[in-house]
Amino acid sequence: MEFLNFLNQEPWRFILSFGVVLFLTLNLAAILVMGERKVAGYIQLRYGPNRVGPRGLLQPLADIIKLFTKENISPGKADLWIFLGAPIAMFIPVAAVWLVIPFAPGAVVADLNVAILFFVAVTSVGALGVIMAGYGSRSNFSLLGALRGAAQMISYEVPLILSLLGVVMLTGSLSLVDVVNAQGGGFWNWYFIVQFPMFIVFYISSLAETKRVPFDLPEGESEIVGGYMIEYSGMTWALIQAAEFAGMGLMAGITTTLFLGGWQPPLPFLDFGQFNWIWFGIKTALIMFTFQWIRWSLPRLRMDQLMDLGWKVLVPLTLVWLVITAGAMLVF
Amino acid sequence: MTLGLLQQELGYSAVYLYVGIFMLLIVGFVATVLVLARLIAPSRSSKTKAQTYETGESTVTDPWRPFPVRYYVFALTFLIFDVEALFLFPWAVIYSDLGVYGFVQMLIFVTILSLGLVYEWKKGALKWV
Repeated sequence: MEFLNFLNQEPWRFILSFGVVLFLTLNLAAILVMGERKVAGYIQLRYGPNRVGPRGLLQPLADIIKLFTKENISPGKADLWIFLGAPIAMFIPVAAVWLVIPFAPGAVVADLNVAILFFVAVTSVGALGVIMAGYGSRSNFSLLGALRGAAQMISYEVPLILSLLGVVMLTGSLSLVDVVNAQGGGFWNWYFIVQFPMFIVFYISSLAETKRVPFDLPEGESEIVGGYMIEYSGMTWALIQAAEFAGMGLMAGITTTLFLGGWQPPLPFLDFGQFNWIWFGIKTALIMFTFQWIRWSLPRLRMDQLMDLGWKVLVPLTLVWLVITAGAMLVF
Repeated sequence: MTLGLLQQELGYSAVYLYVGIFMLLIVGFVATVLVLARLIAPSRSSKTKAQTYETGESTVTDPWRPFPVRYYVFALTFLIFDVEALFLFPWAVIYSDLGVYGFVQMLIFVTILSLGLVYEWKKGALKWV
């Protein structure tokens, strides 16, 4: 493998990282769409898609070819620049945050020393994408969905950010590489044990940030028929949908990195060196599966229940836990 | 196996340049997909297709009009807490060196903000009606 070392040199490294991150994002979207339909199928005692390819595994490919050949309809009254800019604004955060996540020991595209702040800042762009989609379509359902989406995403952004403080305090760094390195030596060192309430808060907030059931009010296909993406068709719709599913994968990856030890093996003797990305993959896949499991098991919340849960339960809980963590660190 | 993704000693500002160029490339990629779809997909527009979707009814109201003020109240609360988090992050990074002094300072800061939240709660600003 020595002859491949030139890939660690600068222009090649950049091109390769770009390829890897884009490949990861797009494939996550395809695999998660497929997984979603399969999990839904098995939870509802049916098979899910099983015609295209072995056990239906080529279904995402067929979907993409189909969507590429479908007409892109833009509503006549829409503000076309905002309308078409929305998929772009939704795609930036879900791809860019992968840059700062370490996949294996030493394997990170850009080790920002403010990676956690970068994650928080860039994911907020997703809310902008939702507003752009809803406002640009100039449709009643779209605008309703976008307003709900904006209210929900900014409300759950607060517990999401505050729940990270405990991890930052224990690590003493905002870099995700340091966060993972601090969790080494077995699963009892992972932060989900000492920060268990914050793990749950972060998990619930990331469900809300990715607009998944039970927090899917911005989409709510049974009441506002798709919400902010109602006017999209063909490939523009596919891009929004891909950004959404890739966002779910990203949130699972961030949860793994922050609370489940990233690439750290659960027991010290299971250390595979550079192949530790397998552990990262397994943990992320498990979190993604729980996301899907919840989606097909729970009903949707009402808007006031959603806001109450965010502001009256999760935010006070994070503030109390912040004081508890600080006090505990002072004593021990 | 980590070819190309091996962590490198990038300069302080070089990392941000890296990330910035990366984001621009993502924008370019999505735009390319949109243009490609325009070129490949058929385009037979008609007046009926260009209508705004409203479950089969013809649209009577224009959605671009004022919407309820409660969204604004939540946005303002969000802003306050976001800035609070911005103040707390640097504090959290060096907390283990600060000791009791840092703990008391944080306690005062969080108490003031919690009082604000309680006030807002009692005034009914957090009620979604």
